[in-house]
Amino acid sequence: MGDWMTVTDPGLSSESKTISQHTSETKMSPSSLYSQQVLCSSIPLSKNVHSFFSAFCTEDNIEQSISYLDQELTTFGFPSLYEESKGKETKRELNIVAVLNCMNELLVLQRKNLLAQENVETQNLKLGSDMDHLQSCYSKLKEQLETSRREMIGLQERDRQLQCKNRNLHQLLKNEKDEVQKLQNIIASRATQYNHDMKRKEREYNKLKERLHQLVMNKKDKKIAMDILNYVGRADGKRGSWRTGKTEARNEDEMYKILLNDYEYRQKQILMENAELKKVLQQMKKEMISLLSPQKKKPRERVDDSTGTVISDVEEDAGELSRESMWDLSCETVREQLTNSIRKQWRILKSHVEKLDNQVSKVHLEGFNDEDVISRQDHEQETEKLELEIQQCKEMIKTQQQLLQQQLATACDDDTTSLLRDCYLLEEKERLKEEWSLFKEQKKNFERERRSFTEAAIRLGLERKAFEEERASWLKQQFLNMTTFDHQNSENVKLFSAFSGSSDQDNLTVHSRQLQKKPHSMSNGSPVCMSKLTKSLPASPSTSDFCQTRSCVSEHSSINVLNITPEDIKPNQVGGECTNQKWSVASRPGSQEGCYSGCSLTYTNSHVEKDDLP
Amino acid sequence: MNFSEVFKLSGLLCKFSPDGKYLASCVQYRLVVRDVNTLQIVQLYTCLDQIQHIEWSADSLFILCAMYKRGLVQVWSLEQPEWHCKIDEGSAGLVASCWSPDGRHILNTTEFHLRITVWSLCTKSVSYIKYPKACLQGTTFTRDGRYMALAERRDCKDYVSIFVCSDWQLLRHFDTDTQDLTGIEWAPNGCVLAVWDSCLEYKVLLYSLDGRLLSAYSAYEWSLGIKSVAWSPSSQFLAVGSYDGKVRILNHVTWKMITEFEHPAAINNPKIVVYKEAEKSPQLGLGCLSFPPPRAGAGPLPTSESKYEIASVPVSLQTLKPVTDRANPKIGIGMLAFSPDSYFLATRNDNVPSAVWVWDIQKLRLFAVLEQLSPVRAFQWDPQQPRLAICTGGSRVYLWSPAGCLSVQVPGEGEHSPAGTGTSALLFVVWRHTGRTGEAPAISSQGNCPQRLCVNLKAGAQCTGDPLPSALQGRSSPSLT
Repeated sequence: MGDWMTVTDPGLSSESKTISQHTSETKMSPSSLYSQQVLCSSIPLSKNVHSFFSAFCTEDNIEQSISYLDQELTTFGFPSLYEESKGKETKRELNIVAVLNCMNELLVLQRKNLLAQENVETQNLKLGSDMDHLQSCYSKLKEQLETSRREMIGLQERDRQLQCKNRNLHQLLKNEKDEVQKLQNIIASRATQYNHDMKRKEREYNKLKERLHQLVMNKKDKKIAMDILNYVGRADGKRGSWRTGKTEARNEDEMYKILLNDYEYRQKQILMENAELKKVLQQMKKEMISLLSPQKKKPRERVDDSTGTVISDVEEDAGELSRESMWDLSCETVREQLTNSIRKQWRILKSHVEKLDNQVSKVHLEGFNDEDVISRQDHEQETEKLELEIQQCKEMIKTQQQLLQQQLATACDDDTTSLLRDCYLLEEKERLKEEWSLFKEQKKNFERERRSFTEAAIRLGLERKAFEEERASWLKQQFLNMTTFDHQNSENVKLFSAFSGSSDQDNLTVHSRQLQKKPHSMSNGSPVCMSKLTKSLPASPSTSDFCQTRSCVSEHSSINVLNITPEDIKPNQVGGECTNQKWSVASRPGSQEGCYSGCSLTYTNSHVEKDDLP
Repeated sequence: MNFSEVFKLSGLLCKFSPDGKYLASCVQYRLVVRDVNTLQIVQLYTCLDQIQHIEWSADSLFILCAMYKRGLVQVWSLEQPEWHCKIDEGSAGLVASCWSPDGRHILNTTEFHLRITVWSLCTKSVSYIKYPKACLQGTTFTRDGRYMALAERRDCKDYVSIFVCSDWQLLRHFDTDTQDLTGIEWAPNGCVLAVWDSCLEYKVLLYSLDGRLLSAYSAYEWSLGIKSVAWSPSSQFLAVGSYDGKVRILNHVTWKMITEFEHPAAINNPKIVVYKEAEKSPQLGLGCLSFPPPRAGAGPLPTSESKYEIASVPVSLQTLKPVTDRANPKIGIGMLAFSPDSYFLATRNDNVPSAVWVWDIQKLRLFAVLEQLSPVRAFQWDPQQPRLAICTGGSRVYLWSPAGCLSVQVPGEGEHSPAGTGTSALLFVVWRHTGRTGEAPAISSQGNCPQRLCVNLKAGAQCTGDPLPSALQGRSSPSLT
């Protein structure tokens, strides 16, 4: 906006000013000359004004105009143009000094006014631009509002549609539900109908059957017979017995016997299963007691007393239940006791395990640090050492490279000298090769050293692992023999043993991680080195680099050539076009395309005939 | 695996004797009894008409041949070839005939299920049982042969009568809470009777031997219900296959459902082995052609080879879209059978007809799925070991065991078959029950125009009379012996 303001042409603005002046003049009814004059006095000098002034004062009305001016000026607070009259009769004289002063003051005033006007105008412009901006903003916002409104309407429409759809779907669902209900009712009614029909049919069928039975069976059917050579004996070798009440009773008995046998068999099975489960339970209980009893002192001492009392209960229970005879009692008497005690113990065990878990996690975090930092430090030291070595190697390589480059640079400076010194370079090359092989050997040594290091580290890890295992087994043994230990000891052991497995594992994992890390770093290191070497390798022999630079140069030149050619072509083209235009105009005012083709055609021509053109 | 020569057969009638020594088969009106080991004809009986049904007595001494068209039953004795017995049902007609478990009584069901006549071979006595229900499985005997349960229908109500088989005395008679009883089956221990309703209603009722209702189970309503029921040999489980494509396993303690086996067409679990039968047409290389078949026509000309491939999960099985507006839609579990050791359950979902599911009952989960190229027609467990034989109506018999799967080409094209006829079709498989393990040959019958029988022998079985086609020697599978 400010820029725009500065850009505004002052001349233009002045012009516009005058224009505005005119308009204002025309607008304002020139009722009084005075006001016009005031206005005129405030405006900058312009031709119009000049002409106006010239019209104002003529040779004839000097006096009048002076007096008029005097009057005017006095009304504005300027000192009078006339000298102080001594007497009334004497004609007042024009005071030149006062006039000049007035003029000067007027001019100053004029300038001030101009300045003010300028300011006001700039202000005005600023405000106008502000206004414009705001208007544009306003219109933009309006547009935005419109679009958002439209969007909103669209969304509302969509929402409405979706709701409509939803309603429809709901309706459909309801319809479907109704349909299902209806169908179910139909099915039910059909089922009853079917059953009814079936029954009816069956009755008829039964009647028919009955009738048939009468017809077929009651008539002495001679055909129904068995023709047998001789009767065979029963499979069991016994003779058939008559059917009597006795046999009926016997059959009943037998049936019940079979059923009883089955039930007995099943009961036996269940008993066996029960016994098995009881055994498992007992074993579990025993193990739990043995597990919990050595450490029960600890919770009594340390933690809440509730577990302690529970344990004492458990102890009593254990004392009771450990008697074998208890197990042979029927479940009902023992069940409650047993389940309660098991539940209690289970709770204790659970809390214990949770506690241990917590401790393990805590100790794990602590122990992790102080145990493994050492080894890690070792490793870090080693890696640091190795890195240092690598650094040294790199530096050496760098110096070599620098030297080579210096030589190369000198060689590159002028081809003639290089050509001259070619023989020398060959010699140099030989030397470098020697150096290179030496360096390679060094590298090999380094690598060997590193390998030995890693091997040592691996060995260390393995040893550590073995040691850990040994310790774990020892701890386990101790844990198993815990009961023989005094409580404090056992406590410690327990603490360890509880998490020994996991911590061991963690240690192992850490080890393995480190082991993994090491070869990794090694493997990382060597390629870096190698890459460095390979990077430096082309640098050290002169030829390849030289070649590179050469090729680069050649590339550059080619690019230049390529760049140049279009530039060269352009004027030609222009020229060609010119000629072409001329030519085409001259020859035939064909189509544009034709013209272009002609252009391309003539382009070559022009290229050829370039010299002919001015 | 060795195969015998192909025997003629009619009406798919061939049965091993319960003791596993003999094999009875029918050719029109002739009954041929062979020795299982030698396959030589031991006896040959001639009946009065075409035989429609045969059954061995439990002691393997008698064979019953029923000729339903004539209303006749003829009984033959294996020990006394001259002994004969003919039972004529006369104008009452005959629709079913079976032995009682003692092997001395024959139960004949007259036409229209008017009554069941119990004929004794020991005495002159004849007993009648009225009102037997005409249903799929209306009679069942306990394993020990002591009791028979019979479904009855009186006054539009279902009843079950329990008879003592020794003297056909009625032991219990009770009505069942069913709309239309369809089947009854004793548990193998003979103490629990499972009763199920028709497919219109899902209902299984369990009765004790003394007629007490132990439990009733219904999985759902308003939909087609039970299609098949099977007891586990240990009587511990009752598997109920239904039209919703699920098998529900009930336990014997609470009679509640313990698990539900769904039969999804897509198998995603990587633990499940899916065997897919793959057919490979043999490359007609020069080696095949230049080598003339050792016995032209005698050996089978395998048009294509089939073998199992283990499909990688997820597998989607081929399903059949059932026609729901017809009666007996092809959906639901139509076949299910427990292995003899109760460890496995084989099922077939009728709308995935080419697949057999094998379930592990110990872990109550799916164990393996076999997808055949053609619909499975029948399967049967080996009575000795967990081994399942499957036939699909093709010319192969398929064997599954927990160790793996096997497809065996049955030599069908004998010299009798006219050249150019299609491959034979295996329609059923029967395992022989033997006392000894390791010798359980399967029979497969072929339902081609000349129905023939092929006895499958173990490698090493003496078949002096039947030189095996040399082409088959290479087919014996050492893994199965």
